[in-house]
Amino acid sequence: MKWDEFFVTGDPLIYGAMVSIVLVSLAILVGLTYFKKWGYLWREWLTTVDHKKIGVMYILAALIMLFRGGVDAVMMRAQTSMPDMKFLDGQHYNEIFTTHGVIMILFMAMPFIFGLMNVIIPLQIGARDVAFPRLNAISFWLFFAGAMLFNISFVIGGSPDAGWSAYFPLAGIEFSPHVGNNYYSLALQISGIGTLMTGLNFIVTIMKMRAPGMTLMKMPMFTWSVLITSVIIIFAFPVLTVALLLMMFDRQFGTQFFTMQNGGMDMLWANLFWVWGHPEVYIVVLPAFGIFSEIISTFAKKNLYGYKSMVISMLVISGLSFLVWAHHFYTMGQGAMVNGFFSITTMAIAVPTGVKIFNWLFTLHKGRIEFTTPMLYSLAFIPIFTIGGVTGVMLAMASADYQYHNTMFLVAHFHYVLIPGTVFAVIAGFHYWFPKVFGFRLNERRGKTAFWFIIISFNVTFFPLFFLGLQGMTRRMYTYSEETGFGPLNMLSMVGAIGLTIGFILLVYNIYWSTRYEPRDTTGDPWDGRSLEWSMPSPVPVYNFAVVPEITKRDEFWFAKQEGKSLSDKKIEKIHMPSNSGKPFILGIAFFFLGFFVVFSWWTPAIVAGIAVLLTMAAMSFDRDDGYYIPVEEVVQSEKRLRGERV
Amino acid sequence: MKKRGPLLALFFGLTMLLSGCSSLTVLDPKGPAARTLSDTIIFSILMMVGVLAVVYILYVYMLVKYRAKKSNEGYVPPHEEGSTKLEITWTVIPIIIVLILSVVTVRTTMAVENVPEGYENQEPLVIYASSSNWKWHFSYPEQGIETVNYVNLPTHRPVEFRMYSFGPITSLWIPQLAGQKYAMSDMVTKINLVADVPGSYMGKNANFNGEGFAHMNFEALAMSQAEFDEWVQDVKNNEGELTEAEFDKLLETPHVGRMSFASTHLSFSPPPEEGHHHSGSTEKENGNQEHQDNKEKFPEPSSTDEDEAEFDFDPNVHPDDPTPVDPGDESTHHEGH
Amino acid sequence: MKIDATQPLEYGTEENRNKIFGFWLFMGAEIALFATLFTVYFVLVDRFASGPSGADLFVIGPVLAETFILLTSSFTIGLAVHSMRLGLKKQMMIFMVITLVLGAAFLGIEIYEFFHYVHEGAAITTSAFTSSLLTLLGTHGAHVTFGLLWGTAILLQVRKYGLDHKTANKSFIFSLYWHFLDVVWIFIFSFVYLKGLM
Repeated sequence: MKWDEFFVTGDPLIYGAMVSIVLVSLAILVGLTYFKKWGYLWREWLTTVDHKKIGVMYILAALIMLFRGGVDAVMMRAQTSMPDMKFLDGQHYNEIFTTHGVIMILFMAMPFIFGLMNVIIPLQIGARDVAFPRLNAISFWLFFAGAMLFNISFVIGGSPDAGWSAYFPLAGIEFSPHVGNNYYSLALQISGIGTLMTGLNFIVTIMKMRAPGMTLMKMPMFTWSVLITSVIIIFAFPVLTVALLLMMFDRQFGTQFFTMQNGGMDMLWANLFWVWGHPEVYIVVLPAFGIFSEIISTFAKKNLYGYKSMVISMLVISGLSFLVWAHHFYTMGQGAMVNGFFSITTMAIAVPTGVKIFNWLFTLHKGRIEFTTPMLYSLAFIPIFTIGGVTGVMLAMASADYQYHNTMFLVAHFHYVLIPGTVFAVIAGFHYWFPKVFGFRLNERRGKTAFWFIIISFNVTFFPLFFLGLQGMTRRMYTYSEETGFGPLNMLSMVGAIGLTIGFILLVYNIYWSTRYEPRDTTGDPWDGRSLEWSMPSPVPVYNFAVVPEITKRDEFWFAKQEGKSLSDKKIEKIHMPSNSGKPFILGIAFFFLGFFVVFSWWTPAIVAGIAVLLTMAAMSFDRDDGYYIPVEEVVQSEKRLRGERV
Repeated sequence: MKKRGPLLALFFGLTMLLSGCSSLTVLDPKGPAARTLSDTIIFSILMMVGVLAVVYILYVYMLVKYRAKKSNEGYVPPHEEGSTKLEITWTVIPIIIVLILSVVTVRTTMAVENVPEGYENQEPLVIYASSSNWKWHFSYPEQGIETVNYVNLPTHRPVEFRMYSFGPITSLWIPQLAGQKYAMSDMVTKINLVADVPGSYMGKNANFNGEGFAHMNFEALAMSQAEFDEWVQDVKNNEGELTEAEFDKLLETPHVGRMSFASTHLSFSPPPEEGHHHSGSTEKENGNQEHQDNKEKFPEPSSTDEDEAEFDFDPNVHPDDPTPVDPGDESTHHEGH
Repeated sequence: MKIDATQPLEYGTEENRNKIFGFWLFMGAEIALFATLFTVYFVLVDRFASGPSGADLFVIGPVLAETFILLTSSFTIGLAVHSMRLGLKKQMMIFMVITLVLGAAFLGIEIYEFFHYVHEGAAITTSAFTSSLLTLLGTHGAHVTFGLLWGTAILLQVRKYGLDHKTANKSFIFSLYWHFLDVVWIFIFSFVYLKGLM
């Protein structure tokens, strides 16, 4: 590899990006030094094992990735807004739709959900932290290392360009000889290990660390959704691990899994990818269902309708999610019977999903609905997601799919599922739980302005794509000619994309504005909530619960409020806490370099980095830190200080 | 009050669809296979609009009636666990809808996988469609000619495309004639279609295969059998033969315009073993029109490019009965209306 | 930290119980991982192209030796856990050492076998079959290698700190891992080697 191939050259957009990356990095370094914040950063964030802080870091990273993926999206819409547009060339376009897909799913949607999970789950079940706090930090740093590795690809070496599904043989060494797809296999592998550990951690947390009396059927719905999601993670992610391993071997060690010669089978990749990929959709959608359940029930001022059927429907969805993967390639020629089977399993998912929709509607029934910002997102979710759902049923019909497959119709469908299903959910959850973490709400008026921008622009952006698909426009086309007639609707979609951009900028501006001007919340319960997290003062103290509450029914806190009962009037005891540790952060760095060197097949440095990984793990194994205790007086005082103002 | 936008847009869209607005290529079929698909799509849209209507009506009702307002201040919503009766209702009705759609799906999938109804007794015209970065090669073994980036078809005669790829996975799609199917390097897939209206139709690769993907289009021109025969004769008389060297060079070239040759590449660069693949049974589905010739020539063990030498493809290409039962006679009668 | 004296040492604290439960979940993920590798192997097993097939390649001798060695090591790690529960530190360490030595012997034979395959013209790049075979065996081998490093680390900790609830917990979890690798090997032995030889 020559040095002029090392950095991506020749594109002014990329030079601009390089310059801004250097400037921003410098600004951060100078700022940290000037304000003497290095120690603070290290002590409070980089070494933290506190689930709340890890959650905040996940969300921060996810927001950054949202903008990275969003810039890709706007560039794509700009390039296709007019026939024969010359804004990007084919190669650059191929790179950004690939990175857009990967980043939005794996480095935006998942970490955002993991962030909310991290912050909220222990609070909802009355736990002091997750089961394995240090493993939790490792998960985060592995995710972060993977995300950074993936993101540097566009300035160093070049981004992957074979689509987020990276079908072989296109993604193989023969047709994609540059390092882009090495970044794909390694960045996803590293963050995937982190994801697997998160899944494991949360199953143990939810199964073993609930407050006394909280049986499974008394858990809040968000907790249920995270439990089921974690189980899906445990079974789906190893498949991705294997697929990525084989991809790396094929590309870097000359194996013959997906090649065109010597018995390789290109469609094996597609099968492995989607055996993971379809459950992955539910990994990001089920927690969203949980978030909506919490919010809708809170602001309808009613308990969740049909709790039991909500749980059962999620279990059914999680089971079916492993039986539908072939619907991603009905057109592979596997014959009518196989396609028929997968059509039926796919359409069957609509049944439990429909049950959920109706249960939400009947939660609203006889309620007293308050239109707060989080509630607006949740309410907008129902009709928009239903469009995504019914078009999903249409796509599930194998015969009809021969006409939708690979078209903009499909693109419209999955954006109609994933944006209301996941993005609205995480934004709603973000607004809803923000005061719990930071002690003040996001401004409602500004929040609602951003909401209307986002909701209307979303429909303007994606609804035209259904028609473009039926006109015969395929996805991933970087350009088209005037005669195709695709121009006007694409232009309309571009207008929507601009609106979405404004909406998201307003949303972030609201964070800044509210931080400065929004009044602080002194109650700990600004929304009149129902689940345990609202029984605590905001921001939540590091030890979470001074005393772990006893649970007798669902929505315990709601009923306690009605009866004027306190959940925290038991005797306070000293609290055991895990110590901070820098090793997860160091492990993340070691993994980053390991991945980076392997991407470029620089084996000697890669082995050194690999040894660094093993040594860090060994150091963790030998670490006998038992944590520390917060003495009773300190807990009493802090509770007095935090709760004293509330009376 | 909110979300009326998509609803309106949907109705607007529907009017457009049902009035048969011809700019929606997929819903403007010119052959029985595409017509089956178009009917299926419209049927499913109608069903789904029904579902949407129920959800939207309930939704608007709940939002309007139960919103917090001055008049219901102090109202305490009741505690409701749920209702078994209602929950069973909204489980069973969707199951019935899914069952109906399943039946439709299986029947229409069978229908489009096979030779369209009414054309079963005609000998189909076999066209091998192979893709290479970023071109389509169409070989007519029966006629002994080959084209690049355009394909001519006789109307009212079943056509069987057999697809494979010299590189990444591609997908052959002529939306107005039939749905798409992948072309892959280690197996041959099939599309059965009939064009019943003469005309020029957009054909393209629908599956992303790298840098030149956006330009990988071709024209599918449906014409009467007589015109088709004339064109074949014309190509045979005026175009040169395709040599192996020339073909290899062609494979290397990223983009070319239209080309025609008086011979096919099938003799020196045969398609991969036909009908064999990992998960299914195209063979069985297409049983009724299987050609006696390709079964025995391609034995079971998995073949690879290296095994080429074993397969002397040539006899297949020029079938033992070079003169097909002339389907032109009856089909020409249908033309011109 | 509350220590529950009614439980065996490795289950003594809440954290220990969580770790054991968590490790069972991890093994669930490992099962999914190996199941995927087996699936890939079965899909590609007949695609040996111009290279050798399983029947050409497999020799039963070393494989039987590997099986015997690994089964024995599973027995000795069981003895180690048994000694640990009786509080016999020295015996426990001896059995651990025997287990690790057997593991290393297994690995040695496997590496020899790999050289033999390459010598027979079955490198990892030869065909889809050899790629999937060597990746499946290699992944198992890598797990054994990691196990050797991990086991050594635990052994050092037992020597340094004795058998307390931490080291006991680690040793117990390690024994689960080691048994799991044995089970995977049984599957490899039956469905790769025996089936391939048939």
